[in-house]
Amino acid sequence: MVASLTAIVVFEVIGDLIQKLAGLPIPGPVIGMALLLAALILRGRLSDELDRAATGILFYLPMLFVPAGVGVMAHVDLIRTEWPALALGIVGSSILAVAVTALTMCTIERAWQAIRETRRHAAPAPATKVSHEPDVP
Amino acid sequence: MSPMFHDVWIPLSRSPAFGIALTLIGYQLGCRLQRCLRGNPLCNPVLIAIGSIIAVLLLTGTDYRTYFETASWIHFLLGPATVALAIPLYKNIGEIRRAALAIGAAVGAGAFAASGSAMAIAWSLGASPTVIRSIAAKSVTTPIAMGVSAQIGGIPELTAVLVVVTGVFGSLCAPEIAAVLGVRCWRARGLAAGVAGHGIATARMLCLNETAGAFSGLAMGLCGLLTAVCLPVIFHFLHLDAW
Repeated sequence: MVASLTAIVVFEVIGDLIQKLAGLPIPGPVIGMALLLAALILRGRLSDELDRAATGILFYLPMLFVPAGVGVMAHVDLIRTEWPALALGIVGSSILAVAVTALTMCTIERAWQAIRETRRHAAPAPATKVSHEPDVP
Repeated sequence: MSPMFHDVWIPLSRSPAFGIALTLIGYQLGCRLQRCLRGNPLCNPVLIAIGSIIAVLLLTGTDYRTYFETASWIHFLLGPATVALAIPLYKNIGEIRRAALAIGAAVGAGAFAASGSAMAIAWSLGASPTVIRSIAAKSVTTPIAMGVSAQIGGIPELTAVLVVVTGVFGSLCAPEIAAVLGVRCWRARGLAAGVAGHGIATARMLCLNETAGAFSGLAMGLCGLLTAVCLPVIFHFLHLDAW
């Protein structure tokens, strides 16, 4: 468990280091995530221990947003005067974002599937012909 | 307030465990309440925790900075948690590779829709330029959003709050909207939730379905990356940062 937590934190530190050295606008932890994913792909397997450690941390993910969220109390005045714009902006854009993302994903996936289907019908694989041969007298 | 209160509360609120304890208790309360209401998504543990902590701080006259100084230990864990998202991604790498093109297009379109429509709606309702700049990055995970907001001239703390509210709303509405639109596959649902509600929606999707959680985490990462790179550049070229 300690080894896995160490690995996770070390990847974050490496990400932070790269971000600082290269002056990237992307936060260190996101770079760390990409590096850890790349390391796992190169290694080709995931240890049970790392899996358990990550699942453990991610179980508490919602709680980690609480301290930043309490910050709403520091901006009460701004929110009091501009809340309709903020509220409608969040509601409208979230609904649009879900719809656009989900529909784009589904449309492209369906189109891919249709292309694959038509290809299969246009040029049937020889293997299928062979399997049908015994039925033909 | 009584002198007794001053003698006890002021040193207590500066103790290193204060913010951590308050956050844990608030979140625990939220989780219990949600369990009592049989997992009603409207009864979100994050919102309940935020609300109850604000109530305690206001009632005791404690300011946000005092709370955050000690609660920042919990805030810091967002870093390792972001790195840990690589694990559900790795477990679903086969599915992700197979749908790479669709994922890229969907996340790109979704990220653009989220940021652009939020700014357009806020602008059309007469929001001030600072607020419009603060809302631009609200669909991405907190650490990215705060950095981007500072870069384009918004208020990072306001963005952090908008990010949390967006995340809670996104995690509430994403499954419902997907159902209304007839989107049944978990990959598309997860992706949409991740674009609209970053880590908070990812956390909810992880509870619903592991594939959806992985795709939500992927969308959150990609959307964050895209926003972090594109938004400052777009603002710079449209001269919105000097507006």
